[in-house]
Amino acid sequence: MTHLDLSKPTAEATPAGTPLLDVDDLHVEFRTRSGTVHAVNGVSYSLAAGETLAILGESGSGKSVSAQAIMGILESPPAVVTGGGIWFEGRNMLEMSAEDQRQIRGPGISMIFQDALSSLNPVYSVGFQIGEMFRAHQGMSKKDARKRAIEMMDRVRIPAAARRVDDYPHQFSGGMRQRVMIAMAIALDPRILIADEPTTALDVTVQAQVMDLLKDLQSETGMGLILITHDLGVVNEVADNVAVMYAGEIVERGTVDDVFTRPSHPYTDGLMRSVPQVEAKGGRLQPIVGQPPNLAHIPSGCPFHPRCSRRRLGAEAPPGRECSTDVPPLRLVVPGREAACHYSEEVLGVPAQ
Amino acid sequence: MGRYVARRLLLTIPVLLGASFLIFSMVYALPGDPIRALGGDRPLSPAVIAELRDRFHLNDPLYVQYWEYLKGLFQGDLGTDFRGRPVLDTIERTLPVTVQLALVAILFEAVIGLVAGVLAGIRRNSYFDNLVLVSTTLIVSIPILVLAFFAQLLFGLRLGWFPIAGTNDGLYSFVLPGLVLASGSLAYVARLTRTSLAENLRADYVRTARAKGLPNRTVIVRHTLRNSLIPVVTFIGADIGTLLGGAIVTETVFNLPGIGREVFNSIRSQEGAVVVGIVTLMVFFFIFFNLVVDVLYAVLDPRIRYD
Repeated sequence: MTHLDLSKPTAEATPAGTPLLDVDDLHVEFRTRSGTVHAVNGVSYSLAAGETLAILGESGSGKSVSAQAIMGILESPPAVVTGGGIWFEGRNMLEMSAEDQRQIRGPGISMIFQDALSSLNPVYSVGFQIGEMFRAHQGMSKKDARKRAIEMMDRVRIPAAARRVDDYPHQFSGGMRQRVMIAMAIALDPRILIADEPTTALDVTVQAQVMDLLKDLQSETGMGLILITHDLGVVNEVADNVAVMYAGEIVERGTVDDVFTRPSHPYTDGLMRSVPQVEAKGGRLQPIVGQPPNLAHIPSGCPFHPRCSRRRLGAEAPPGRECSTDVPPLRLVVPGREAACHYSEEVLGVPAQ
Repeated sequence: MGRYVARRLLLTIPVLLGASFLIFSMVYALPGDPIRALGGDRPLSPAVIAELRDRFHLNDPLYVQYWEYLKGLFQGDLGTDFRGRPVLDTIERTLPVTVQLALVAILFEAVIGLVAGVLAGIRRNSYFDNLVLVSTTLIVSIPILVLAFFAQLLFGLRLGWFPIAGTNDGLYSFVLPGLVLASGSLAYVARLTRTSLAENLRADYVRTARAKGLPNRTVIVRHTLRNSLIPVVTFIGADIGTLLGGAIVTETVFNLPGIGREVFNSIRSQEGAVVVGIVTLMVFFFIFFNLVVDVLYAVLDPRIRYD
């Protein structure tokens, strides 16, 4: 078994100050006949080797779109990256040729998707689909690629890998299929793995197994992990840092411990209050009122203001901090914590600077 | 798989019997007297007519006639026409012509239909895509009979590119009738391929293939085309039977001595044995190619198993 090879160095040395991935002010639009949808509006984050960054947000918050923009797999048209930069190991992927980008996908950045059944091609065996990574990127022969595929299946702990390598995706259970996806994504030891809701389609016990596997693989290889999810529990367990997205923007960012225990944005605060707590059994949950915004018509000012209980409108608001007209920038609230709210200090309960 | 195929082949027997009986009854129900028509302008003597009617059991009720036919069939005898020529000989003489015509037609259908469909599917809403959409709509909406005469007139007479009748020019004489015979299916194949490809290009596994950093060619050919062709192959296979039906019109218009024209002429002269023999053969081909398609389907899509 190769899956717990602890002799490997945990985080490979990266020059200090150069993160593996640096996303800078990324903008993505979908131009459709019925209008322009602003899916990602100025998202910035960076990821270091060995780091796990969770991107948290509800459906339509732009978390998957920003990930697909990094991979360069957005369907265009209708999607257009209208601004910003994606720097992978110091090179801007948005300015690369398509061929250079392709060569990064796989050995550089790799991605696993939510629904492994539809994300695997039904007419090819899993071994073939894993082996394709070696064939396309390393020019390996079909036979050798099959051998490596068996090794990869072993590594993600698929039982009887040698016997199952020629089976088709529909012959596997949901959890095993997700392992196949993972085996495929980590085949070339990528520097970064983006996991787009990797456990959403799985039941709870299998979810935990898959997350454990991802964590183990990460500590073996030192890859950076971007975990896209709306599952607060998963974030709490595995992530180092978290970026909370709303309406295509990051509204709060910090370490998981900080953000989860003391949110500084009303939206994050609302999310935390809507989670059932064992201690508060019998009490009512506090939902966030209203609906997520339509990305074709994002509210003016702070996009969250129509649903926010702390909003200040008109004369109530101090100058420059009117929630429906003044856009709150993502700013440092306390050391190590950024939030995009005019009144973050209030939410956090600290005096304003 | 073997058991499945065996079961399907056994099932063809009752279907063929039923089909032959239906065709037999239809020929029986035709008005007119085939024996009197044999003589043409010079009427046959009543004695000869009586003799012939007796020999071909024409005075007996339908079920007796059919029984006599079946008795012959089980001995490998498809009967004779009223001139005494064995039906089997007629089939042997005419079938190769139809097979050549069908092969040419399938070739056109598969090659032109697939290429047009793939190009249109990859570049949707392009000039070429619109051209395919308009031209296929046009072709599908014209009946094959009209199309056949039009092709004869334009490409045969006006432009003189192709022979308009007969088989004197070898395989070349099958090009124009093959194209006419294939036209409807060709248009359908093009549209089916286009839609299927466009749909599959949006599939999650194609996105995965891109995320794996596979070259664009591999993404299209291996991960999109293969899946998209499953319904197209199914259609082409099942369509072979339809082509045989279309061959009746095409062979008659282009005067090709195949089974289609033979059936047409035999219906006119009420040659019951010939009609039943050939049409039952067509039914068999139809069933057989459907079985081939079903088997092929399991080969193309591993999710389908017949055991």
